[in-house]
Amino acid sequence: MSTKTMSAAEAAAKPASFVSSRRWLLWSGIAALCAWVLVPIYLVALGALGGRQGVYIWPKTGLPTGISLEPFILFLKTEGVVQSFLNSLGAAGITVALSILLGAPAGYALARYDFRGKDSYRLLVLLTRAFPLAILALPLTVSFIRLGLYDTIVGVGLIHTVLALPFAALVTQGIFLGVPKELEEAAWVFGCTRVQAFFKVVAPLALPGIVATAVFAFVISWNEVFAASVLTVRNRTLTAYLLTVLSESPMHYRFAGGLMLILPSVVFIFAVRRYLFAIWGISSK
Amino acid sequence: MANIVIDRIRKSFGAFQALKEVSLTINDGEFVSLLGPSGCGKTTLLRIIAGLETSTSGDVRIGDRSIIGLVPKDRGLAMVFQNYAVFPHMTVYENVAFGLRMQKADDARVKAQVEKAAGLLHIEPYLDRYPNKLSGGQRQRVAVARALAVEPKVLLMDEPLSNLDALLRLEMRTELKTVLQSAGTTTIYVTHDQTEAMGLSDRIAVMHNGVVEQIGHPVEIYNHPATRFVGGFIGNPPMNFIKVPVSNGQVAAGAEQLATPKDVGNEIVLGLRGEAVELAPLPQGLEMKVRVAEPMGSHLLLTGSIHDQPVRVILPASETVKSGDTIGLKLDSKRITWLSPESGKSFPAVLA
Repeated sequence: MSTKTMSAAEAAAKPASFVSSRRWLLWSGIAALCAWVLVPIYLVALGALGGRQGVYIWPKTGLPTGISLEPFILFLKTEGVVQSFLNSLGAAGITVALSILLGAPAGYALARYDFRGKDSYRLLVLLTRAFPLAILALPLTVSFIRLGLYDTIVGVGLIHTVLALPFAALVTQGIFLGVPKELEEAAWVFGCTRVQAFFKVVAPLALPGIVATAVFAFVISWNEVFAASVLTVRNRTLTAYLLTVLSESPMHYRFAGGLMLILPSVVFIFAVRRYLFAIWGISSK
Repeated sequence: MANIVIDRIRKSFGAFQALKEVSLTINDGEFVSLLGPSGCGKTTLLRIIAGLETSTSGDVRIGDRSIIGLVPKDRGLAMVFQNYAVFPHMTVYENVAFGLRMQKADDARVKAQVEKAAGLLHIEPYLDRYPNKLSGGQRQRVAVARALAVEPKVLLMDEPLSNLDALLRLEMRTELKTVLQSAGTTTIYVTHDQTEAMGLSDRIAVMHNGVVEQIGHPVEIYNHPATRFVGGFIGNPPMNFIKVPVSNGQVAAGAEQLATPKDVGNEIVLGLRGEAVELAPLPQGLEMKVRVAEPMGSHLLLTGSIHDQPVRVILPASETVKSGDTIGLKLDSKRITWLSPESGKSFPAVLA
């Protein structure tokens, strides 16, 4: 009798401990991933907001002591920071708009139509990334000066579009492939032209993926530094500006610049997270 | 409502001929099934009618108007797709209303039509739900309601029941028949399931390798297949084909002499439905060696051979035939189809 109850209790305990260890694994994994992303951002923020003393204090406490917005605001007031931030936003905006406007139709064509040379076209699209920008820098500079695009945000935006476009076309191809063709055909049969069917049926279903592509294009442009440095002198983007200015700046300025580079991407991704989650299948409702 | 004339439609994919001069006329209000194995061209034909595929040559007319160059939306038809194709980002109501909205119908008419269609298909309780909250059968009802709501001249259905499980399929089949009978819409229904085609259709067009082998009433097709393919494809078990010698225009079946059509050679193929026989004593009956006897409850299925050629016949469940027996069969001469051994085509029915 007693052995019976013992074994029953054991049997009951076993799956329970299995479940709890699984849960423990899950949460420790989540914690590790969060730390991986958040700790560097936290440390950068600490450096940026801690002021001169905060940066050089030793041993590091890792605690937010003596922080204030003042050093960061001081950094913002430095000449050129706000302007270059706006330039970066402008270039990224152009990149996002152009890569979606040009890349999504290309992706749609790749997904829906069979045409001669489709595979070579796909390869060709990727080949634009095969030439290192360093090789192209001089000819680009020369032709940009001729075209009057040198030292303009439009010029930087165009180059960043070239960088982002191949990905935009290929990623949107996958997204449009994920929208069943029958849905589009049903729309045609029930009274839509091709254009109407695209905007009424395909576009709403592809929206999460297109937004993700936009995030991608934004990040590519925001992080790009080489082309932006070569092709501008006065109208620098934030990355190019920080690259030239910060090497001669005090440490807490560098942290402030780093924070400023991180934040817009984080805010942007946070703003569109609903669509990203949808495409990654975490929540498709 | 309108009749449909399909006039010498051909379709080639490169060297492969999917459709070889298919011609069909479907009358106003008629329900016609395109039945055939996969790859026979039935779906291609339906998609050409819908305007989702272009034909290589030929014409399609709906009520004397050629529709072959028109985009799908101008053809005045509706379609039900195999995998439902219900718009996932719209509520059931908006799905059903989609066609009417595209026609710029006013709200009152949209509401009336949606409610009517939803009532026919019993989906009123789900009207404000999204399709991902519905089961497969419910989604298919939404797809049918969407098609009926626009009151199309012609309704096209592409294997609409094939994604449902067996029980639901049976239920939906009965319901479709009721709904479509009351709507009276000219319907073309593509299927590879012969029981669906037999049960639903006014007429069946049996297709094979891009050709319509026979078109006719289901019972006519069942009893008098035009070709060996049709007889073998329709019916479960399929029709038996026994090659027999002919002497003096007659074929011996046990003691009985069966009259063959005129002007045949030394041999003819006897097409025999499995249930068109009854047990007879030997040697009067035609001898059959039974290899396997399977009691199915409703009937007794016998697999064996006649003249050393494989056959399957069906006897009443009350008969007691065992595996290994040799039995005699009396053939129902009115239900025999004679076929040419060379062409595989059947001769016109012999009047007894």
